[in-house]
Amino acid sequence: MIRAHVMICGGTGCTSSGSDKLAAALETELKTRGLEEEIKVVRTGCFGLCALGPIMIVYPDGTFYIRVTPDDIPEIVEEHLLKGRVVQRLVYDDSGVPDIKANSLNETGFYKKQKRVALRNCGVINPEEIDEYIALDGYRALGKVLTEMTPDQVIQTILDSGLRGRGGGGFPTGRKWMFAAKVPSDKKYVVCNADEGDPGAFMDRSVLEGDPHAVIEAMAIAGYAIGADEGYIYVRAEYPIAIKRLEIAIREAREYNLLGKDIFGTGFNFDITLRFGAGAFVCGEETALLTSIEGKRGEPRPRPPFPAVKGLFGQPTIINNVETLANIAQIILKGADWFASMGTEKSKGTKVFALGGKINHTGLVEIPMGTTLREIIYDIGGGIPNGKKFKAAQTGGPSGGCIPASHLDTPIDYDSLIAIGSMMGSGGLIVMDEDNCMVDIAKFFLEFTVDESCGKCAPCRIGTRRMLEILERITNGQGQDGDIEKLEELAMNIKTSALCGLGQTAPNPVLSTLRYFRDEYEAHIYEKRCPAHHCKKLAVISINPEKCKGCSACSRACPVEAISGEIKKPFVIDQSKCIKCRTCIDKCRFGAIEIK
Amino acid sequence: MKSLAELAAIKERMQGKVALREGSGETRIVVGMATCGIAAGARPVLNTFVEEIAKENLTDRVTVTQTGCIGICQFEPVVEVYESGKEKVTYVKMTADKAKRVVAEHIKGGKVVSEYTIGNTKI
Repeated sequence: MIRAHVMICGGTGCTSSGSDKLAAALETELKTRGLEEEIKVVRTGCFGLCALGPIMIVYPDGTFYIRVTPDDIPEIVEEHLLKGRVVQRLVYDDSGVPDIKANSLNETGFYKKQKRVALRNCGVINPEEIDEYIALDGYRALGKVLTEMTPDQVIQTILDSGLRGRGGGGFPTGRKWMFAAKVPSDKKYVVCNADEGDPGAFMDRSVLEGDPHAVIEAMAIAGYAIGADEGYIYVRAEYPIAIKRLEIAIREAREYNLLGKDIFGTGFNFDITLRFGAGAFVCGEETALLTSIEGKRGEPRPRPPFPAVKGLFGQPTIINNVETLANIAQIILKGADWFASMGTEKSKGTKVFALGGKINHTGLVEIPMGTTLREIIYDIGGGIPNGKKFKAAQTGGPSGGCIPASHLDTPIDYDSLIAIGSMMGSGGLIVMDEDNCMVDIAKFFLEFTVDESCGKCAPCRIGTRRMLEILERITNGQGQDGDIEKLEELAMNIKTSALCGLGQTAPNPVLSTLRYFRDEYEAHIYEKRCPAHHCKKLAVISINPEKCKGCSACSRACPVEAISGEIKKPFVIDQSKCIKCRTCIDKCRFGAIEIK
Repeated sequence: MKSLAELAAIKERMQGKVALREGSGETRIVVGMATCGIAAGARPVLNTFVEEIAKENLTDRVTVTQTGCIGICQFEPVVEVYESGKEKVTYVKMTADKAKRVVAEHIKGGKVVSEYTIGNTKI
């Protein structure tokens, strides 16, 4: 008889920090102790606190352990699983009060402000067991639409809920479905876009790894709503764990006839095929994605015709993002009003964000729309490490922009982010502190789009490269008067003339950093200095003779012998030799080496 | 899947197995499982509680868990029952048979088995 469940995260983050070995060690230890009949080990999807992995949760008490290693296993089994004494040294603590530890996950600051809808089963069920999904109301929504609702009613419910596409664009999902439903055709398709490509984004991966059936069920519901009997999941080949779990989930769903012919005896047929992405960012763009599924080179095409009219293999097609689909079954079961009660006036429900960059809790969070950036970064994300100051947050990946400190209290939703020059995007949120150079950030994202441009249209292929060249010049200290104006002109032209979303949004990181951090661009160009001391070519490293004790530690560490001097007298750096590697700064014990 | 009833049957069968993770049982049965408790026979008591609660389909409202030393080693095995809004009940010198009676009369029936409580037990 099972009396306790030990959940071990099997998401990509925790797997790479060794959760496989941990699970194996636990199972062995339970056997040696004769506890294998009483304690069940469950591999789950992502809990969200990836920075602190591998993560382990013990139920029924809900104790939340972090950074558990195989060496800790004997103690956990002996103390906690046998004697019921929580191993305090491994318990996650974000209370800031040393004596009061949050023993349960839900008591932690990280979870308290979250609202889990799309991620509701992640970390709760074993994604490789369909029965566990069914136990938590899985496939009940599909049963409900097939037996009690007409396709029109399904679409109306999604429309009423106010759900908008979570892949970035924010187009109302119900409208998309309605368009495709209205086009008469014998053959229609439902496509799930799981080609998550923004740097730093891993929301969709976590949903697929933690709750693959939620996506499968939603696709079948969408199929019923628009009159399709076939679906494709286009998933990145770089997501091996997600692919494996999807394959298992599709097989299990077929065995239960939740995919296949005559589902629930209603005569409705639906099946799903997996397609692996070929690694190009542009394939996340819907028309390029469809072309890629068809077996052709992944290039976008002009719209209209929109995919809802003429999509995959020329047939009416809807394309929904993974996170969008993860909301569908919940909306059907709990009602459009329930979903619409969360969020802001025009953005309903919740949004998953992948927190990265200069933040204490790197990981995955789901918050109601309308939560402020400050709450996400400080209350949930635990603030900026090493007491540094917040400078900006980047949302929307290479299509988005930067949000400066003055907008920390903006409630986050689709429209407010666009109003301040960024965008929701798929949900990557990268935090930057005072050490980040904003020109360099813009350059990083532009390098990415230049690399990923498919080359089909000239504005994107040539225009973004020209912009990158200017940014490289600026960060190398060769910026010229007029560069900022040239960047702005190029940006406006690319935005209005590029063929697809990738090109049209590529200048956004430059435009938004120009909007809020124009002074940094100007400092680079006119004063030849980088205010964040980040750009190597612009940094001047020198020794303060008043602080230098002449110990020679710096000169011994210098890889290019640029530092010379006499012992016990101030040393000097030869600027013509210095390569700005900053090794000397780390070595100096007196804080005598300064960077300007 | 031929019908909704079939789906409901799977849900029914599985629900008890995942209810454990909700951790929100209104009633908590806590078994003292320190060295003294184990030595005095707390393991079979704990397992009996788990089995009986499952058998009676009470998993959605009752959580069985263990704790460390309660501090009254001479009374082990000790079991404490916490019900929301009520004073906790401490059962002492428990056995598997006594555990069955506690489930039947107290947890199901709502009547404390007072002859097993700490106030009525002499060493």
